[in-house]
Amino acid sequence: MGFELTQEYILGHLNYWLFSVLMMTGLYIVVAKGNLVKKIVGLNIFQTSVFMLYISMGKVTDGTAPIFPLDMDVDPDVIYSNPLPHVLILTAIVVGVATTALGLALIVRIQEEFNTIEEDDILKIERAIVQTENAIHGDAMGGRA
Amino acid sequence: MLVLTAIAVVRMRSLFAIAMLSGVFSLLSALLFVTLDAVDVAFTEAAVGAGISTVLVLGTLALTSRFEKPTKRSPVLPLFVVFVTGAALIYGTLDMPNFGSPEAPAQMHVGPDYLEDSVHEINIPNVVTSILASYRGYDTLGETAVVFTAGIGVLLLLSGLRRRRRDDEEDESEEV
Amino acid sequence: MRHHLILRVITKLLVGAIMLFAFYVQFHGDFSPGGGFQAGVIMAVAFILYGLVFSLHNVQQVFPPWLVHKLVALGVLIYAGTGIVSLFLGYSFLDYGAFTPDHPSHGQHYGIFAVELGVGITVTAVMVAIYYAFAGRPPRLSDEEW
Repeated sequence: MGFELTQEYILGHLNYWLFSVLMMTGLYIVVAKGNLVKKIVGLNIFQTSVFMLYISMGKVTDGTAPIFPLDMDVDPDVIYSNPLPHVLILTAIVVGVATTALGLALIVRIQEEFNTIEEDDILKIERAIVQTENAIHGDAMGGRA
Repeated sequence: MLVLTAIAVVRMRSLFAIAMLSGVFSLLSALLFVTLDAVDVAFTEAAVGAGISTVLVLGTLALTSRFEKPTKRSPVLPLFVVFVTGAALIYGTLDMPNFGSPEAPAQMHVGPDYLEDSVHEINIPNVVTSILASYRGYDTLGETAVVFTAGIGVLLLLSGLRRRRRDDEEDESEEV
Repeated sequence: MRHHLILRVITKLLVGAIMLFAFYVQFHGDFSPGGGFQAGVIMAVAFILYGLVFSLHNVQQVFPPWLVHKLVALGVLIYAGTGIVSLFLGYSFLDYGAFTPDHPSHGQHYGIFAVELGVGITVTAVMVAIYYAFAGRPPRLSDEEW
């Protein structure tokens, strides 16, 4: 790999590690928790940590926000942070909330259909449905269903 | 702070508290975005994350339930998956450039070009707006279309049943 | 929500200010942080706040659902229409230099203005439509259960 664990190296990478930890917290909620609303919140945490990762890549030391003075008299000595990640993430946030709303709408429909939003209960109900259907149609299909 | 909030979300059972904590999480991340010079992003995150998402989650809770049932599954397998993925991610960051380094690959190519050309080509002070609406107009058109589609999806999912249930009241809102 | 006097008064004061701020963010987005996405969200927040504190019925009298649904599509149409117009003027899709051929950066200003307007309208309408969809369902929990 060819890197040394100097103090500068650790400080320069601490941000990536912090965002990885946050991302994994979100992933853990999505994987381990059964409540669908909680899963969506976990997904949001995951998403926000990805946003932070992108924005931290665009940061330049001693840089400032990429907005020029009003008279457009740009001083060449001023360092501006990279505006490209900002644009990507800005739109991603709004798209993210729209898709979150879509997920929540699905949850509301699931609640109305199954009367629960716990993953385990939904699985149980679905299994019961499949079994009754098999019992009804199984004979007609020669026992293969 | 962010990590503490996230861990609190993992531990909490009350979904109402989780909704509030996710709002807190959004505000904290907005602060982080400001310190990272992304003022536009911080603005959006504060308005969207702390405002709209929280209202939407609360709206869902009102339609479903307030508490999470304790799950009987063991957390060992998810923890294992999470640790392996996290280790892989951190291994991946070892080759990344230092934080804030001006020589990072991300700062070398298009970013500076946009900053330089935007001055005379677009001539508006906010470079983020000029990239958003002009250089990357296609992207933004696509993203607007995604927002549009998501909105249509929510309407399809949630307003169909209401019409069936309230057929008698359907006099002034036929176009819903 | 009949009883929350303070909330109701403050909301009445705030809604106007929030909308004004949304317009500022929308049309001053070229010069300061802001733009269509943020303005759309802030504008939607004004309606949602009004709907939360008063009632869904009240806010739907101000901003009826049929209008919201039309606006959802109108925003995307404005955006794509801007691109088509520049196409008809002999330039490439979404090349705003087309609007003032002798002074390209002015054309960029007009183009960005139109496009941001489209984005703002769509985002506002989608957020309000989503809120209406969620709030229009009969809730399972009553106010006291919270």
